[in-house]
Amino acid sequence: MRKNTRINLLLLLAVAALAVLPLALGLGDHKKEPFTGSDGEAETAITEIEPDYKPWFSPLYEPPSGEIESALFSLQAALGAGVLAYYFGLRRGRRQGERRALEGATGNPAPGSAEESTAERS
Amino acid sequence: MHIAEGFLPPAHAVAWGVASAPFVVHGVRSLTREVREHPESTLLLGASGAFTFVLSALKLPSVTGSCSHPTGTGLGAILFRPPAMAVLGTITLLFQALLLAHGGLTTLGANVFSMAIAGPWAGYTVYRLLRRYDVPLMVAVFSAAFVADLSTYCVTSVQLALAFPDPGSGFLGALGKFGSIFAITQVPLAVSEGLLTVLVMRLLVQSSKGELTRLGVLLAEKQSRTETEAVTR
Repeated sequence: MRKNTRINLLLLLAVAALAVLPLALGLGDHKKEPFTGSDGEAETAITEIEPDYKPWFSPLYEPPSGEIESALFSLQAALGAGVLAYYFGLRRGRRQGERRALEGATGNPAPGSAEESTAERS
Repeated sequence: MHIAEGFLPPAHAVAWGVASAPFVVHGVRSLTREVREHPESTLLLGASGAFTFVLSALKLPSVTGSCSHPTGTGLGAILFRPPAMAVLGTITLLFQALLLAHGGLTTLGANVFSMAIAGPWAGYTVYRLLRRYDVPLMVAVFSAAFVADLSTYCVTSVQLALAFPDPGSGFLGALGKFGSIFAITQVPLAVSEGLLTVLVMRLLVQSSKGELTRLGVLLAEKQSRTETEAVTR
């Protein structure tokens, strides 16, 4: 279990490093505006290829400022993270409850196989 | 990053919408069947959708000096097959198009095709192939998520190159241009997505063995379980 946790932490660390490295190494320094969105760059490329192209539809709702936009993005991430956390919390609680119920019923720690079959039935 | 609102000519926008619609309709059907037959999988379905929600909200810096975000569609494609992701991905894209002015309604068809259809199918195909040759589960999961993420942005590049071929170098020239914006930026992000998907799959293996077995992700266990079931009966 402890080894598992260590591997999980290493995975998170690797993801964090991948995100921080481009910033730390200054890989955006050659640009006028470093680290803009790639979709914005694509829009620029489109107007380079076809200077006459005009977007023929604009978003129905546009966040009035960068702050509001980042708030809505955080809301999206928070909603997702909340559901994920609920899922894993619920699972963990259920497993603990089942283990306790088994221990109570038999008077001794339940063997792994019995625990698994109840997990499947639920 | 998705194609921005209004940035595909009407004919292309309609064509991609027509191409995507049957996949989404089929996805809705297979999803409702899955929920009706296995109500217990609703929670895990929600968690897969939530994973896509989180990952596609994370704009991360990349080696090209620009930012993009992962898609998170590989996990759900492995667990519930790609049709489910056609629906969950479309929901995510709709949320971003309506509230965040990210992507758009006129480009929804094209973006659904790249993120909710092509990506999941590419990732799922890689996953099945690797599993057939007994590649370890986590290696297959990483590869599937990596491919689902990267192929999404390759398809986006193709879509834009089709709509805006370069006047000098034509379709291929434009593909190189859009590919260097989207696909190269995406490579390290696809690695991140692969690692995060492995992390979530590890947590699922710990917490939801029964569910993963029923979905066929843990195959070896399934055999031993049906054996033990046969014995107990």
